[in-house]
Amino acid sequence: MIPLSWYLAVAAILFVIGFYGVLSRRNAIAILMGIELMLNAVNLNLVAFWRYTQPDQVAGQVFAIIVITVAAAEAAVGLALFIALYRLRGTVHIDEIDLLRG
Amino acid sequence: MNGVLFLIPALPFLAFVFIVLFTHQNRRVSAGLTIGATAIAWLLGWYIAFQAFLNPDEVMEAPFRLTLPWFAGGYTVFYTGFQVDLLTAVMLFMVPFLCFLIFVYSLGYMEKDPRFSRFFAYLALFATGMLGFILADNLLLAFVFWELMGVCSYLLIGFWAFRRPEETHIDTAQVQRARAASLKAFLTTRVGDTIMLVGILLLYALTGSLRWDEALSPTSLKALAEQSTYIPFLGEVPWATVLAVLIFWGAIGKSAQFPLHVWLPDAMEGPTPVSALIHAATMVSAGVYLILRTFPLFYVVEEGANGAMGFVAFIGAFTALFAATMGVAQFDIKRVLAYSTISQLGYMFAALGIGAYVAAAFHLLMHAFFKALLFLGAGSVIHAMEHGHEHAHEHGHGHRTEESLPFNPNDMRLMGGLFRRMPRTAWTFVAGGLSLAGFPLITAGFWSKDEILAEAWYTGHSVVFWTLAIAAFVTAFYTGRQIFLVFFGEPRSAAAQHATESPTTMTLPLVILAFFAVAAGWVGIPEAFPGLGAVVRGWFQRFLGVQAEALGLHVEALPFEPAPVLISVAMALGGLGASWLVYGRRPIGVTDPLQGALGGLWMAWHRKYWVDELYQATVVAFARWLSQVAYRFDDAWVIDPLVDGVGRFGRWLGARVRRFIDEQIIDRAVNGTAWLSNLVGEWFRQIQTGQVQNYLLAVLAAVTVLLVLGLF
Amino acid sequence: MVLQAVFLITALLTLGSALMVVLHRNLFISALFLIASFFGVAVFYVLLEAEFLAVAQVLIYIGAIATLIVFAIMLSRGMMTGRTSPRNAQALWAAGGSLALGAALLYVVVFRVQWPVAEKAVPADMIQRLGTGLVTDYVVPFELASLLLMAALIGAVMIAREKEV
Repeated sequence: MIPLSWYLAVAAILFVIGFYGVLSRRNAIAILMGIELMLNAVNLNLVAFWRYTQPDQVAGQVFAIIVITVAAAEAAVGLALFIALYRLRGTVHIDEIDLLRG
Repeated sequence: MNGVLFLIPALPFLAFVFIVLFTHQNRRVSAGLTIGATAIAWLLGWYIAFQAFLNPDEVMEAPFRLTLPWFAGGYTVFYTGFQVDLLTAVMLFMVPFLCFLIFVYSLGYMEKDPRFSRFFAYLALFATGMLGFILADNLLLAFVFWELMGVCSYLLIGFWAFRRPEETHIDTAQVQRARAASLKAFLTTRVGDTIMLVGILLLYALTGSLRWDEALSPTSLKALAEQSTYIPFLGEVPWATVLAVLIFWGAIGKSAQFPLHVWLPDAMEGPTPVSALIHAATMVSAGVYLILRTFPLFYVVEEGANGAMGFVAFIGAFTALFAATMGVAQFDIKRVLAYSTISQLGYMFAALGIGAYVAAAFHLLMHAFFKALLFLGAGSVIHAMEHGHEHAHEHGHGHRTEESLPFNPNDMRLMGGLFRRMPRTAWTFVAGGLSLAGFPLITAGFWSKDEILAEAWYTGHSVVFWTLAIAAFVTAFYTGRQIFLVFFGEPRSAAAQHATESPTTMTLPLVILAFFAVAAGWVGIPEAFPGLGAVVRGWFQRFLGVQAEALGLHVEALPFEPAPVLISVAMALGGLGASWLVYGRRPIGVTDPLQGALGGLWMAWHRKYWVDELYQATVVAFARWLSQVAYRFDDAWVIDPLVDGVGRFGRWLGARVRRFIDEQIIDRAVNGTAWLSNLVGEWFRQIQTGQVQNYLLAVLAAVTVLLVLGLF
Repeated sequence: MVLQAVFLITALLTLGSALMVVLHRNLFISALFLIASFFGVAVFYVLLEAEFLAVAQVLIYIGAIATLIVFAIMLSRGMMTGRTSPRNAQALWAAGGSLALGAALLYVVVFRVQWPVAEKAVPADMIQRLGTGLVTDYVVPFELASLLLMAALIGAVMIAREKEV
C-alpha cells in the first residue's frame, strides 16, 4: 500500500512547479499551463484524500469533477481572452501589459 | 386535474414572454402564439366549467383547488393558489372564450399596424391577468392580477400614444389624446385601488387570512359583523361594513362607477378590440366579480344597520341612470357604448345592492357577450369607414362637398345607410343592440335585466326599481338612436358611401357572438315565467343558487309578477319606438334633433354633466395648488430663505474664522499632510508595477512566511 | 512493492514533465510535456482506484484543454519568433520563493502531520454511485457546473469573436 503522504508530496511538488510557471513565464499561454498544473495538483489531493478517508462516499470525486469542469471553463475563457488581447495589443507577453501601473 | 388550473393563466403568460423575448420580429408567429395559448386556455376552461355545470353539487362540495405556500409572514405562512367553484366556472365559461374570439378579430382589425406583435403580447398579458384574477383563491393574489390588468389596460389604451405621425393617418391630436387617456385611466383606477388595498390589509389584520373561504368563513364573518369601530359622523360601524366599503371602492374604480367613471369613455382611444375585451366584457366587470366574491362581507350586516348594501345599491342605480343619459348625447360610436357599459355595470351593482346575487352574475355574463359584440361591430364599422375614406380620396369621389365636419371614423354623424354596405356587421350589431335594449322574450339582455327588475320589485326596493326602469328606457333609446344613425337613412359622407364589409376574421367572431348575445339568456328564463319557464326551469338560477346558498344567502325562485315584466317590456319597446320617431322616421342633418328639443339638458348630457371639468377645477386644481404651495413653501417662503439665511451667516462667520484659524493653522496642517502623502506615495508607487506576476510573487512570499511562522 | 515502483516511476515522469512545461523555451514543446504530465496524473487516479476520474482526466484535460492550448499557441505563433527570453525579470526570485514554499509544504506533508487513514475498500459499484449522486444529492452543483460551462463557452465566443468594423 502506498502511503497517503506520497501522493500529498507529489501533489505539493506539482503545485509548486505550476506556481513557478505562473510566476516566471512571460507568455500568457504558458502561464495558463502553469495554472492547469496547479489545478491538477489540487485534484490529486482531493482524490487522494477521498481514497484514504471515505472511499465509500462520492463527495470527493464529485468535487474533483466540478474542479475539472471549472478548469475547462477557465481554459476556454482564458484562451479567448488571450486571443482578443493578442489581436488588440499584438502581444501575449504579460510583462508588456501593465495598465495597472501606479 | 387540479394542477391544470395553473396552466390556464400560465399559458398566455408564456406566450407573452415568448413574444417579447423571441418572436416579436415575426407577426404571424406572435399572433399565433397568443391565439394558440388562449385557445388551449379556452378549452381547458370549458372542460372545467362544463364539469361544474354537470355536477354542481360535487364541485361545491370539493372545488377544484391548487394551493402552494407563498411566503412566510411573521408567524404564519401565506398560502396562495387557484380554485374553481361555481361562480368561477361561470366566468371561466365566458372569459377565455371571449378572449379567443376577440384575439381572432384583432387579426383583421390590427392587420396594418406596425406594432402588431406588441399588441398581441399585451393581449396575452391581459389574458393572464383576467384568468388569474377569476381563478385566484385569495384576495392578495387576486389583487396582483387585478393590478396586472390595470397595467395592461394602461398599455393598451395608450397603444397608439407612441406612434410616429408618419406611420399612419392618425394625427398628432389623437396621439396626445391617447396619451392623456391612458394616464387618466391609470390614475383614476389607482384612487380606487389604493382604498381597496387598505381594505385588504385591514381584512388580513382582522382575520389573519385572505383566502375566500377562510377570511369569509361564517365564524370570522360573525366576528366582523359584531365587532364595530367608531367613525366620526357615522357612529359605530361594524368592521364588515368598513371592509366592504373599502373593497367596494376598488370595484368603483375598476368598473368605472360614479364618481370614478370618468376614465372609461376616454379609454375608447385604445384600439377597438381592446375596448371590447377589456373595457366592456372582462376587466371592467372584474369589479362586479370582486363584489360577488366578497359578497358575504356586504350581506352579513342586516339592512338598515349600517350595512354596505345600501351604499352599493345607491352607487349602482345612480350610475345606471346617470351614465345612460350621457350616452344619449354622444356622437362617437364607441363613446355611446362606453357610457352604456358604465350604465350596465351600474345595473349589476344595483342588483348586488338589493341582494340579487344570482341576477347580478347573470347580467354580468349576458352583458359581456352582447357588449363585446357591440364593440366588435363598432370596430368593424370604424374599420369600414377608414377604408371608405381612403377609397373615396384615392378615386376623387369627394363629391359630397357639403361635409361640414372633419373626418373622424368614429363619428356617427358621418355614417348612415351602412346596412346595405355591410350586412353581416349590421345584422349582428342589431342583434347585440336589441339585446342591450332588452327586446322582449328573444334576447339575452331582456332575461337578465328582467331578473334584476323583478327582484327589485319583489324585495320592495321601489326607488331602485324605478331608477333602473327609467334607465332601461334611456338605454333602449340611445341604442335605437345608434342603430338608426349608423345603419339606416342615407349615407352622410363619402366615407360611408364607399364603406365595404370587413374581412372574415372580423365578421366570424361577430356571428358567433351574436348567437350568444341572443341565445345565452335562455338558460336563465325563470321557472315561474308563463310558458317558457316550464322548459328551462331557471337553470342558471338553480345552478348559481347552490353557490349563493353556500355563502349563506337565501335564494328562492321568484313568483311571477306581471307588473315588473310589463314595465320592463314597455320601457324597452318605448325607448326603441321613441328613438325611431326622432332618428328613424326622417333623414337627419349634422345637428341632433334632440338638441333643439331639450336644449340645456342635452348640453349637460353631451358635456357629461361637466364632471371632467369639475374634477379639473377641483381635484386636479387642488393637486396643482398643493404642489404650488409646496413649491413656494420650499422655494420662496420658508425653507429656502431659512437655508439662505443660514448660508449667509455661515459665510460671514467663515470669513472671520478663515483669517485667524484657517490660513494660519489649518492650511499649514493640510499642506503638510499632503506633502507627506505625496512623499509616501512616490515611494510606494514604485511597487505598483502593474505586473500581475510581481503581485503574485508577493503572495507567494507572504504565504510561505505565514506557513513557516505557523510551524513554529 | 510493484505498486510502489509504479508510483515512483509515474511520479518521476509527471514531475519531470511538469518541470519541462515551465522551463522549456519552446512553448509548443512545453504543451506536449503538459500532456505527458496530465497523463501521469491520470495514472495516479488509476492507482487511487478512481477510474472514472482517470478517464475524465484523459478526455477533458488531454482531449480538450491541451488541444485548446495547442490551438492557442499556433494562433499566436507570429510573435514567438523573436529572440526574447521566455522568462521574465523576476524568474530567479520566483524560483527561490517556489523552492521555499515547496520545502515548507513537503515538511508539513511528510513529517509534521499524522494523516488519519481509514482502511476501507472502494465499493465495486462506485461509478454507478457517482452517477446516482450527480443527479440526486449533487444535482444542484452539477447543473450549476453545466450552466457555468455554457456561460464560459458563450463568453469565450463573444470575447474571441472578430469585431465587425
